[in-house]
Amino acid sequence: MTMKRMMFLLPLVVFMVIGVYFAIGLTKDPRKLPSVLINQTIPEFSLAPIKGRDRGLSSEDLKGQVSLVNFWGSWCIACKIEHPFLMKIKEENLVPLHGVNWREVDPDDGPDWLKKYGDPYTLIGDDPKSKAAIAFGVYGAPETFIIDAAGIIRHRFAGPMNQKVWDESLWPIIQELRKQ
Amino acid sequence: MITEFGHYALVTALFAALIQSTVPLVGAARGDGAWISAAKPAAIVQFVLVAIAFAALTQAYVTSDFSVNNVYENSHSMKPMIYKVTGVWGNHEGSLLLWVLILALFGCCLALFSRRLPPSLMARVLAVQGMIGVGFLAFILFTSNPFLRLPHAPLDGTGLNPLLQDPGLALHPPFLYLGYVGFSVAFSFAIAALLEGRVDAAWARWVRPWTMAAWAFLTIGVGLGSWWAYYELGWGGWWFWDPVENASFIPWLSGTALLHSVIVVEKRDTMKAWTVFLAIVTFSLSLLGTFLVRSGVLTSVHAFATDPARGVFILILLILVAGGSLALFASRGPALKSTGLFQPISREGGLLLNNLLMSAAAAVVLLGTLYPLFLDAIGGAKVSVGAPFFNSVFFPIMTPMAAAMAVGPLLAWKRGDLFPALKKLWAAFVMTAAAVIATWSFHSDGPPIGLLGMGLAAWLFTGTLVEFAERAKLARVPLLESFKRMAHFSGASWGMTLAHLGLAVAIAGMAGAGSWKVESIQVMKPGDSVDVAGYQYTFNGARQRQGPNYSSTVGSFTVREDGREIVTLQSEKRVYPVRNMPTTEAAIHTMFLGDLYAVIGDPDKDVEGGFITRLYYNPFVVWLWAGGLIMVLGAALSVADRRYRIGAPAHRRQAATAKV
Repeated sequence: MTMKRMMFLLPLVVFMVIGVYFAIGLTKDPRKLPSVLINQTIPEFSLAPIKGRDRGLSSEDLKGQVSLVNFWGSWCIACKIEHPFLMKIKEENLVPLHGVNWREVDPDDGPDWLKKYGDPYTLIGDDPKSKAAIAFGVYGAPETFIIDAAGIIRHRFAGPMNQKVWDESLWPIIQELRKQ
Repeated sequence: MITEFGHYALVTALFAALIQSTVPLVGAARGDGAWISAAKPAAIVQFVLVAIAFAALTQAYVTSDFSVNNVYENSHSMKPMIYKVTGVWGNHEGSLLLWVLILALFGCCLALFSRRLPPSLMARVLAVQGMIGVGFLAFILFTSNPFLRLPHAPLDGTGLNPLLQDPGLALHPPFLYLGYVGFSVAFSFAIAALLEGRVDAAWARWVRPWTMAAWAFLTIGVGLGSWWAYYELGWGGWWFWDPVENASFIPWLSGTALLHSVIVVEKRDTMKAWTVFLAIVTFSLSLLGTFLVRSGVLTSVHAFATDPARGVFILILLILVAGGSLALFASRGPALKSTGLFQPISREGGLLLNNLLMSAAAAVVLLGTLYPLFLDAIGGAKVSVGAPFFNSVFFPIMTPMAAAMAVGPLLAWKRGDLFPALKKLWAAFVMTAAAVIATWSFHSDGPPIGLLGMGLAAWLFTGTLVEFAERAKLARVPLLESFKRMAHFSGASWGMTLAHLGLAVAIAGMAGAGSWKVESIQVMKPGDSVDVAGYQYTFNGARQRQGPNYSSTVGSFTVREDGREIVTLQSEKRVYPVRNMPTTEAAIHTMFLGDLYAVIGDPDKDVEGGFITRLYYNPFVVWLWAGGLIMVLGAALSVADRRYRIGAPAHRRQAATAKV
């Protein structure tokens, strides 16, 4: 191959090297939480109760049995969509569901919202300053974590839960964890 | 119903694009006129269908049809009508639809306005355009479909990111895309040239106006992005070397190089393979721009779509486009023979220097932008490369560039003489010295880069005027004759003069705003005064205000100079309840030599009635955007140059058609 032909080939070679890096970069999505927190012990936290309740939520409360932790806020419309399904979990007594009331501007907003639509939560912690949310790596509401009896995060679900994801992925995981 | 109609139109557009990308190509290879002639109607039909799809989505936004998932996720009934419309492209799916709409629009314009193009070249150009269309239409339909319905229509939408609810940002993507996608025309011409195995002056004349138009749009896009950052983010800065900003700036740099190398192809029949290469690179970088923003490979404040499945699709698209065209370049490029020879000191030499420096600048910005990704890929830490890196590599490249820009146009083609050219520039030497001395007397304590920048700006501005006066023979022939000469200057030559003057103005703006910005952050109570760069800012207090879909705190500042009142500034801090997201609206008063800039922050907990305030004096900052506008004006004059519409000399055209 002549020198000239090599020169014309060079751009393609350089591009292929860049392409390989891109392909690797893509497999490392910066927003994918699982690599960080899945199968890790829950971060230490202790949240105050919201208005109208005496108990808050702390990391100790999440140990002893399989439970769900749901991050929500009265400002979040997707939470409103998810809410009827949360009520169903409570009514059918499927699994303890704890809430973290995230980033309320007014401390009355969360309690008022629950009064209006119904309260599906066993325990609720108030998190106006995103302390627990940051520790859990939450980037939007609603977001739900499955915690096993040892207090280890086993699954994270971002977005509103519904019957379909519940039947297909969340409920089987919960049952599997209960067997252990 | 209308939504489904739009959906069908988009699917049909994919088929039109498939026909456009295959049939004419086969026709051109076989010399079959009937197959070749399928290109034009296919391009027009594709545009009409995509336009219908876009109109259907816009209709869903305007009527707030929340049963469409895309509308539900990105709109809200409380949003003002104008932002409902701009919300169409304020999200991933819609913005891609806009991308394809613009691509189809360019294809349609090519089909309608390039009648003089040899049919086989036209068929190949439109076929390549069609292929890009196929890629993006498939991307939309398979991974990012904006027409999907929800089973139960929610009562209201989840709103648009309030940061995006802004006129500057609403207009930013369309212009950026007009620029990005505009370079697809130069790309298609480059691929067609490789397929045909020839690049000549006629080819360059067809490519030039399209490239120029794309460059002008991209300049507006980059400028709007920087202007938005300046007034909306409330940091008083105008360029952050943010990956998304860089993504639009890298194709701008290589596009600028392309713009100049095409001139050499047209006038001197040389640098052909290089020009084809630049056209491929510029469009690939435009795709990369789309890729970086839309895939979340690099995280950034702007990125609003992180979805690896889509990222993989764009990656494949990028590999097909860039990898495929570079492979074609490797096999066919060596056949492109250049005839024009030139000395290093010549007009071509100057343009070559421009190309080398512009490409080097594009390469270092690309490297700095992708470096964190490389490091991440080899298992290193997540890092971000910031302004110190870019400033320390970018300015040393741009300084000789601006210095040479005044000299290059004064050199003759083929073989120029440096010393006569420098002698003609005596006025520029004088003005540069004057600018440096004047700057020194005002800002002797500022950074040296400010002096350098002001000196370069004066040098380039005067040098460009000298070249203009030389051509008009100003002061050497009677004034009337000089004016007559000016009247006969081509659009392209007026365009060059204006664009270079514009850059000089922008350099002055960068130097000033970058070097002598004065910033003051403090807690102020109503009645307090702070002195910023000789201006007394008095805080008059803050009040609450209710907007259409937000509530805000409005802080009022009266600014005086030597006791004389200049202006009262109203700065807002808005909270949008739908997303519970605060945004700042900086109050800006623009003056010829600098901007008064005030931002109201959060109330201070310890001081009763006190607010955190950030006050700035940003010297020369408006020159930046004024310079950008002058450059765009220059490009517009150049596009309007009638020579490009008359086309190539007749014998070349016959030669080209004879080849079919």
